[in-house]
Amino acid sequence: MSTTTTTTTSAAAAPPPAAGAPGVRRRTRRSLSPGKRLPAAGLIGPLAVLALWAAASAAGRLDPGAIPAPWTVLRTAGHLWTEGTLATDVATSLRRAAYGFAIGLTAGVVLALASGLSRVGEALIDGTVQLNRAIPTLGLIPLFILWLGIGETFKIAIIAIVVYIPVYLNTHAALSGIDSRFVELAEVQGLSRLAFVRRIVVPGALPGFFVGLRLGVTGSWLGLVVLEQINATSGLGYMMFQATNYGQSDVILVGLLIYGVFGLVSDSAVRLVERRVLSWRRTLNS
Amino acid sequence: MAPHTEQLTAPAVRLAGLTRSFDGRTVLDGVDLELPAGQFTALLGHSGSGKSTLLRAVAGLDHEVEGGGELTAPERVSVVFQDSRLLPWRRVLDNVLLGAEGKEAAERGRAALAEVGLAGRERAWPSELSGGEAQRAALARSLVREPELLLADEPFGALDALTRIRMHGLLRELWKRHRPSVLLVTHDVDEAIVLADRVLVLENGRIGLDLTIDRPHPRSYRDPLLGEYRERLLAALGVTEDLA
Repeated sequence: MSTTTTTTTSAAAAPPPAAGAPGVRRRTRRSLSPGKRLPAAGLIGPLAVLALWAAASAAGRLDPGAIPAPWTVLRTAGHLWTEGTLATDVATSLRRAAYGFAIGLTAGVVLALASGLSRVGEALIDGTVQLNRAIPTLGLIPLFILWLGIGETFKIAIIAIVVYIPVYLNTHAALSGIDSRFVELAEVQGLSRLAFVRRIVVPGALPGFFVGLRLGVTGSWLGLVVLEQINATSGLGYMMFQATNYGQSDVILVGLLIYGVFGLVSDSAVRLVERRVLSWRRTLNS
Repeated sequence: MAPHTEQLTAPAVRLAGLTRSFDGRTVLDGVDLELPAGQFTALLGHSGSGKSTLLRAVAGLDHEVEGGGELTAPERVSVVFQDSRLLPWRRVLDNVLLGAEGKEAAERGRAALAEVGLAGRERAWPSELSGGEAQRAALARSLVREPELLLADEPFGALDALTRIRMHGLLRELWKRHRPSVLLVTHDVDEAIVLADRVLVLENGRIGLDLTIDRPHPRSYRDPLLGEYRERLLAALGVTEDLA
């Protein structure tokens, strides 16, 4: 039997140290950290809400006209998918968001590079974008309808603008915020301008770019929702808006559910890419 | 005589009437200096005395600084800064190879890392290195370029005392093997005496004292003969050691 127990865990009720064993007396201090993370911590809250929702519906405490039961929503989703227009609506919405996002992302990156890497570019571009940023993009909708009509082009254009602004702002800030010590290093090591941009400026700006990218992804969904609910004749938002007129709360919930899945999947995808590309940062965070 | 000998005797660095000023404040006031090829020189001075300004001028890093005078420096110059200045997004070997391309350079990079005692750490990220290791990687990076002149701006200033002593030995070792001219900027008198064969004191924008230290290496801090040099240098720096 051993009396030399050295507790290193955060045992709250530490037993009195064994007598006759001086030198191994060690009282663990009370731990102030919240302790170990619970397994699947991110899922517990949502699952509890879902359970509560299901229980309340089953007990008949919820007005099915306002909040239909979870299984009703699922059944409606299946029904809409097989017999209704849900599949085409989802495809339409995804296409809009994807085109707008791709164009906005490209524009944001190209403009940020042009403005971040040359003083002339900065003079021409930065002020203009800052001005553009001051105008809420969704406020441009009436003007864009006049210019581009109410078709797909206008929707894609608005989403692209919503996306390019955060991408530009964050990438540009990161590009122009390159540590001057690294600029000096590049000069000492005799890097060419191209090598300087490739090896120092661009990798150094990537963390900022990813911040912009995630804001851009969020922005593209937000833009999509707004556009589809006011000025569309197809797509998820249109489906939900129509459902309002007929009091079909289950259809609205199906739409919200799908928007949620869109947001979750796209954000996870960006995070995954970010983790891969910025793998050198993991050593700092872990 | 062969031109080879002539090259050896030619100074690696020559400054004549070098002036530099910031916002009208003169920092370097006509510095005349010659560093023979392959010499290990230390440059001492108070903070703000212009040591770093001088080093940056020789390195060609003072783009928007007013000043004049003549300056000749070799083609291949490496600089070691006080911070290791490793790019956090490149692995150690890639950091060492910054500015050196090709397969042959990669071999030299590995060899340089081995020389500074970092063999096996090629794939590590800079954030995984200790301060001393990072500074050794910076030394390796400066070696890969096979410099004729190695400029070091307080390279050990941010290291703890034990690591610093080990780095002194390493720097001297590397110098012996590669024989670049070295200009070591430091504010540490002992560091200058232990490492350099010639110590300069920068004072009022000029070289105030030019001292050749004629003692064999490796030197010890406790060498009593070095004490005389120390006193002369401290006096030139305006410090009187009052041990009473």
